[in-house]
Amino acid sequence: MVASPQATPEHEFETQDLLINVGPQHPSTHGVFRMVLTIDGEVVKDVVPYIGYLHRGAEKLCETMDFRQGIGFMDRTEYLAAHNAELSYVMAVEALAGLEVPERAQWIRTILCELNRLSSHFMFLGAFGIDVGVFGTPFIYAWREREAIIDLFEEISGDRMMYAYFRPGGLAWDVPLNFKERVREVLKSTRQGIRDFDELLTQNEIFRARTEGIGYISAEDAIDWGMSGPSIRASGVPLDVRRDEPYLKYAELDFDVIVGENGDVFDRYYCRMLEMHESVKIIEQCLERLQPGLIVPDKMPRMLRAAPGEVYIRTEAPRGEYGIYMVSKGGNRPYRLKVRSACLSNLQALRQMSVDQYIADAIIVLGSIDIVLSEVDR
Amino acid sequence: MKGIAKSLMVTLSTFTRKPVTRDYPNYHRELPERDRAFPLLLWDKEIDEPFCTGCHACERACPVECMTVLMKDNPNHKSNGGDSSRRKIIDKFWIDYARCMRCNICVEVCNFDAIAMNNTWQGHELSVHDRKDLVMDLEQLLVQSHVGAIKEWVPVLGQSNETNE
Repeated sequence: MVASPQATPEHEFETQDLLINVGPQHPSTHGVFRMVLTIDGEVVKDVVPYIGYLHRGAEKLCETMDFRQGIGFMDRTEYLAAHNAELSYVMAVEALAGLEVPERAQWIRTILCELNRLSSHFMFLGAFGIDVGVFGTPFIYAWREREAIIDLFEEISGDRMMYAYFRPGGLAWDVPLNFKERVREVLKSTRQGIRDFDELLTQNEIFRARTEGIGYISAEDAIDWGMSGPSIRASGVPLDVRRDEPYLKYAELDFDVIVGENGDVFDRYYCRMLEMHESVKIIEQCLERLQPGLIVPDKMPRMLRAAPGEVYIRTEAPRGEYGIYMVSKGGNRPYRLKVRSACLSNLQALRQMSVDQYIADAIIVLGSIDIVLSEVDR
Repeated sequence: MKGIAKSLMVTLSTFTRKPVTRDYPNYHRELPERDRAFPLLLWDKEIDEPFCTGCHACERACPVECMTVLMKDNPNHKSNGGDSSRRKIIDKFWIDYARCMRCNICVEVCNFDAIAMNNTWQGHELSVHDRKDLVMDLEQLLVQSHVGAIKEWVPVLGQSNETNE
């Protein structure tokens, strides 16, 4: 057997990068999201995300509908925190139509938005657990806690996910009579649930080994990419619309803005965990100050007409800044509607966070920004 | 190791808690009265005819255009010797449940409280083999209210329940 002439000691072993397609039908992409990973061995060299699989043209649809009809579509742009999505929309309409929202409606809105933040963060904790590899346990525990909150939403608005409960000017109808007791009951189980998760995941050595130091992004880069919400706060930027530009009743409430230090996956997880404690705190304060009163303004016009003009309203949704840019030329429908979704902006930093990580960690990085694809594509 | 032991304690402690799951197909939990499944039409038991006059208000307000309404002269009207005060009455009514997005707007715009969201389990368990079967006609929309199978809840819009609190 003659030795091959190439097999000399000086010969360099040639390697080739491998393209791996993840999604769009893949459980760890949290929906229909596709990313093409270029991997060298097990190390990710490049990420090319593809979005648009869930595009339904909600913005354009809303331009053909009057303000009340649009609410249902706003629900569907962010189905895990529909109250927060509705809130931005109705606040934009109120700003254009010059409606003053009564006190009681504002308190109830605050409570519902914070409850929705809790339910959305529970969903994150559960799904993130699956991404990390703790299959089942956290997911089912999260579902258990989320179920209590969603049952409450069903008693109030009648629907479990697409509430269509906020209206320009206030609320569609009043909360049930036992609202306060029911919220307190839910908060009790929620507090227990958060404690469970804290013990289940935060101190767990395997979980920490999997998440610490992964998917780092610096504060400067996070700002440059336009991230918001818990994802940017984990990098140490104290950016919270609730405190910076208080809307609803947040100016009168006492709560902390949770800020992380390291900007890694663990911090993004832990920020959300601590934020849930703050949400519980906020709801408790709201319940004490909730008074009987009107839920829509006294002089509510029968046909809602907006003044010509444009407005940008931003609120703090669970995933970050949810903004509505609305242009009106008068009449009962928006001339142009643009949704600024937190997920889309957070997703931009995906490449920077996952390059030079292991392929298994790329999934965790994607999970840690808590994407909801309906919000990305709208 | 301490952290893992702690995590295991959490899972262990759930053994002592009551189960939260329900044996669904065998057991149906009670739905709240505000529960919104799909819209259906209500039956006026006093005069024994539907409340709906076919005024097209819901059809026009529906964001997804899932309704089709046709009206006719009411044969039971007083001018014809009947006992109804409705001059016009619903002739044909279709709602495409597959299109409906359950936004409650049809209930809100109705001037006669003739339409309500189904708040029973029948409204949720709608599996069919063909999408065409989800287009409900007048008879299907009225039958539940006619036999008294639903407890009606028509929202009192924009009115606060402060007096009761």
